[in-house]
Amino acid sequence: IPPSRPGAGQDVGRSCILVSIGGKNVMLDCGMHMGFNDDRRFPDFSYITRNGRLTDFLDCVIISHFHLDHCGALPYFSEMVGYDGPIYMTHPTQAICPILLEDYRKIAVDKKGEANFFTSQMIKDCMKKVVAVHLHQTVQVDDELEIKAYYAGHVLGAAMFQIKVGSESVVYTGDYNMTPDRHLGAAWIDKCRPNLLITESTYATTIRDSKRCRERDFLKKVHEAVERGGKVLIPVFALGRAQELCILLETFWERMNLKAPIYFSTGLTEKANHYYKLFITWTNQKIRKTFVQRNMFEFKHIKAFDRAFADNPGPMVVFATPGMLHAGQSLQIFRKWAGNEKNMVIMPGYCVQGTVGHKILSGQRKLEMEGRQVLEVKMQVEYMSFSAHADAKGIMQLVGQAEPENVLLVHGEAKKMEFLKQKIEQEFRVNCYMPANGETVTLPTSPSIPVGISLGLLKREMAQGLLPDAKKPRLLHGTLIMKDSNFRLVSSEQALKELGLAEHQLRFTCRVHLHDPRKEQETALRVYSHLKSVLKDHCVQHLPDGSVTVESILIQAAAHSEDPGTKVLLVSWTYQDEELGSYLTSLLKKGLPQAAS
Amino acid sequence: FFQYCLSGHPTLPCNVLKFKSTTIMLDCGLDMTSTLNFLPLPLVQSPRLSNLPGWSLKDGNAFLDKELKECSGHVFVDSVPEFCLPETELIDLSTVDVILISNYHCMMALPYITEHTGFTGTVYATEPTVQIGRLLMEELVNFIERVPKAQSASLWKNKDIQRLLPSPLKDAVEVSTWRRCYTMQEVNSALSKIQLVGYSQKIELFGAVQVTPLSSGYALGSSNWIIQSHYEKVSYVSGSSLLTTHPQPMDQASLKNSDVLVLTGLTQIPTANPDGMVGEFCSNLALTVRNGGNVLVPCYPSGVIYDLLECLYQYIDSAGLSNIPFYFISPVANSSLEFSQIFAEWLCHNKQTKVYLPEPPFPHAELIQTNKLKHYPSLHGDFSSDFRQPCVVFTGHPSLRFGDVVHFMELWGKSSLNTVIFTEPDFSYLEALAPYQPLAMKCIYCPIDTRLNFIQVSKLLKEVQPLHVVCPEQYTQPPPAQSHRMDLMIDCQPPAMSYRRAEVLALPFKRRYEKIEIMPELADSLVPMEIKPGISLATVSAVLHTKDNKHVLQPPPRPIQPAGGKKRKRASDDIPDCKVLKPLLSGSIPVEQFVQALEKHGFSDIKVEDTAKGHIVLLQEAETLIQIEEDSTHIICDNDEMLRVRLRDLVLKFLQKF
Repeated sequence: IPPSRPGAGQDVGRSCILVSIGGKNVMLDCGMHMGFNDDRRFPDFSYITRNGRLTDFLDCVIISHFHLDHCGALPYFSEMVGYDGPIYMTHPTQAICPILLEDYRKIAVDKKGEANFFTSQMIKDCMKKVVAVHLHQTVQVDDELEIKAYYAGHVLGAAMFQIKVGSESVVYTGDYNMTPDRHLGAAWIDKCRPNLLITESTYATTIRDSKRCRERDFLKKVHEAVERGGKVLIPVFALGRAQELCILLETFWERMNLKAPIYFSTGLTEKANHYYKLFITWTNQKIRKTFVQRNMFEFKHIKAFDRAFADNPGPMVVFATPGMLHAGQSLQIFRKWAGNEKNMVIMPGYCVQGTVGHKILSGQRKLEMEGRQVLEVKMQVEYMSFSAHADAKGIMQLVGQAEPENVLLVHGEAKKMEFLKQKIEQEFRVNCYMPANGETVTLPTSPSIPVGISLGLLKREMAQGLLPDAKKPRLLHGTLIMKDSNFRLVSSEQALKELGLAEHQLRFTCRVHLHDPRKEQETALRVYSHLKSVLKDHCVQHLPDGSVTVESILIQAAAHSEDPGTKVLLVSWTYQDEELGSYLTSLLKKGLPQAAS
Repeated sequence: FFQYCLSGHPTLPCNVLKFKSTTIMLDCGLDMTSTLNFLPLPLVQSPRLSNLPGWSLKDGNAFLDKELKECSGHVFVDSVPEFCLPETELIDLSTVDVILISNYHCMMALPYITEHTGFTGTVYATEPTVQIGRLLMEELVNFIERVPKAQSASLWKNKDIQRLLPSPLKDAVEVSTWRRCYTMQEVNSALSKIQLVGYSQKIELFGAVQVTPLSSGYALGSSNWIIQSHYEKVSYVSGSSLLTTHPQPMDQASLKNSDVLVLTGLTQIPTANPDGMVGEFCSNLALTVRNGGNVLVPCYPSGVIYDLLECLYQYIDSAGLSNIPFYFISPVANSSLEFSQIFAEWLCHNKQTKVYLPEPPFPHAELIQTNKLKHYPSLHGDFSSDFRQPCVVFTGHPSLRFGDVVHFMELWGKSSLNTVIFTEPDFSYLEALAPYQPLAMKCIYCPIDTRLNFIQVSKLLKEVQPLHVVCPEQYTQPPPAQSHRMDLMIDCQPPAMSYRRAEVLALPFKRRYEKIEIMPELADSLVPMEIKPGISLATVSAVLHTKDNKHVLQPPPRPIQPAGGKKRKRASDDIPDCKVLKPLLSGSIPVEQFVQALEKHGFSDIKVEDTAKGHIVLLQEAETLIQIEEDSTHIICDNDEMLRVRLRDLVLKFLQKF
């Protein structure tokens, strides 16, 4: 299984991973990098295209969730580079992804005037290639390749995917979180023991303090700012964290009876909340249970934002998109409010390098804006890690759940990944990899081969397994018939019969000379009692015709033609009983004990 | 492979399948037609019902008049209504490993099974099935518990007394096992044993069997089930539909290659066309309302009602009914309407696309928003103040024995302006109406049953080609009322195997293979040889390991060399294990080449004699005789192990091992 990776290596910019498993090629996510405005924005597909068309090479594409760093390059990939095969994602992702793509396209093309970008029609055409999957549904991509989605939390509709070919499998987590939050549940996977687990590692080193503390902290900061008359800007993405924070503020405002207005920018809000309402089965237990009585996504205190409100006097809280302050309304409001130290901006999620969000979080207070303007940031800058990624503890938890043979870390920063890698290798004793962009990791697997065993043969063996003397490992003997790709293990007799071949019997008869003047019958009797006493575990019989049998070996006593004092024992056995037969002859050769009679 | 049939009702099945080492219950249907023998439970005291005369025997003996009441020539039990449970004695239900539920109508007996039989297994069902199933149970419990009835009649159940009663009481089956409704506590406990599954999810049972739900197209989350091992496959088809209504379409392709297809839950009204019935429903409704009458639609709180509301949504304005209020009264009305909107993934494509916009998939959201449709938990409370006539009321229960519908029957029954329209097919409308006779209101029978009809079944069977079909006996002959309609039965080859309540059926399986895995190390050591073009053989000697019903072949252990081989050991230590199997041999020995080989290996003085069947090779010097025939070789020699082994190896060179 070599997963190679045009996109996400040691950097949280974008995700795009190529996995080859059992002769099938699957692309995991198709993200874009939001820190770039040029060609570097999209993954480099020339790695694949130099060998031919994408559609011929890839068996399918899987999108884990609707964040643009996981699906933003999809229309570019399918419509501009050219891919016509199936694209799999969950229903909520399929519903929301085109809206975010269109939103992003508008900012890039209409506001920034970028050329060579995908069009609205391309987004539509791209979405036509999407096949929606249910959680836990086993989707048969073709006869050999199957995929299965697991709940990942993180955002509405986020999923982890298991990719399976024969007995080989890979699990790709996308982004996930292992602790339920105010609107989503925790990721879960069964003990599927994949050959490889590819996990994100955004928060590879952080073990975050309890969610409650962070929430209290957040509320306290917002409350303080509003009390002193400041304006609070919370840059968010329209869907996801925004809903969780809205629920949080809504309940807080209600409890504290606060009057300062809360706004949510862009027309997407109501629509976004509507998606949460319709896909309520994807949210957490509590919301699902109570939605009939009270829908958590209908807010009383949070109202739609108008651009003019930004200049209103007095305190307010505004949720504005996009979340990394790289464009759009959040950036506009930020520029307006940045100069006043009473105001506050709270960054509730991760910001990629190159964005304004990233700059102010790294302490920069003088920003160079378009047109050489310098913006001085006096407002309070706060960072709250609310983005729902698994922390180190969560990642370890997932590794423990799935029990993979190998772990591959992606979507994180190199130093932090190194730390986690060591931890995983120590605790689980599995190999852990952390490839860079464009690097290929190859894992050898040794799958066992499933074949059909004839029930007769199996039952015969199982029955023998129940015998008391079966402590020694017993050998099962059979013949494997291989016809095309059909493998069957049958008893040798059946194999001969099926192929129309006759059995060839090979039989041995050895003459053993024995000094014994008595009659043949008596000799036989002596042989019988001797063997009976030696071979306690075997079936020794004295037949009416005077012959002796040990299992299927026949012993007859005959007179010697010349010497009356000697008897000849004829020991006869088949090739299949060779060991015992040859043992018996050597035993009898030693003679019979005298005392017997 | 056996099937134990615990229910005689073809659309409310309950079967137990013994499949390999697992015991699987297929559905848990509750036969509620038994309640038709009881008097309705009125929400408000009904003088008419309480004044019905007691029933007495022909000889005037009136000892049953407290339990049995007479209404228009029919006799009813005056007691808390009771249900006919699946058979619980045929098989020890505590041995059931899993229960598979196909749709929300087929799980109503679940609390009786999971709570009172020692059942400790898991129940599998889809999320909509569980949620809506819960609503149906909640409604049922609510209907019965809110009108507590002191009397619980049991005298009439006595076998000797039952014989004396008029039909249909006389012919009611298994009355002694009839039970009262479960409680909400039992419902919650039963539902907590359910594990949610999605369509096409493969669920492993004990490593031996895999079960998979497939979309059946009949209701939200309704499923058919595949029960299979690596070499055997049973398809369980229960309540499927090929019509395009709101649920996701039926998955037919996955039913192919079945050894056995168990077919239940076909349409109960094979002669009615659901589309035609919907049209008739709308026109009768409009006619009544225009004449100033009220329309009563006895219904379940989920299912066909969604489709009816959607039709009315399109029909209301064109029929000039915009001002007529539509009421939906059920303790779970609100929940049902809300739940219907959140199962986008389980809906047909059209409705899914609406959710992507995002818009609610069902138009009843708009009916509610525009106040055309109002819903109430019961006719007490807000409803009584909002109530305007003429109106249309959707309410339960379709048996007309409990629920708010009883009140409306009493209220509107006396006027011929009003109409009751029966849409649910589960109860005979004539029997349902019997305790309300004489009745002035109009009765329209528009049963809407979207499940498969016999034409669709025969097409389906041609398509998926199962080796055997198993079905309730009702499907192997035309319905009693239409005995000449030979088209109203299942027609397939070989003929369907039929079952009836309390019967055990041996399923026709010919098991011949089982899956086993060959470990890679062992696979590497195998030496295949091509025997015929395209067919290769390899002899396998390996150690069999069996764990959790999975079989694995591992390489045989290396023979342990006896330490210090010179040491003399006791004879018994050397006794070989006779169970070490040697391969079989095949082929024949060409005498001339064999003799040449003997000579090459230093044997001289070789004589060959022809016999009737082959040859005898004599090694005179060694006093050895070798009989060679077409398919046997016999070496007769002195007790000289070295010689014997040499000859053996020479012979084996000409033969193939298996």
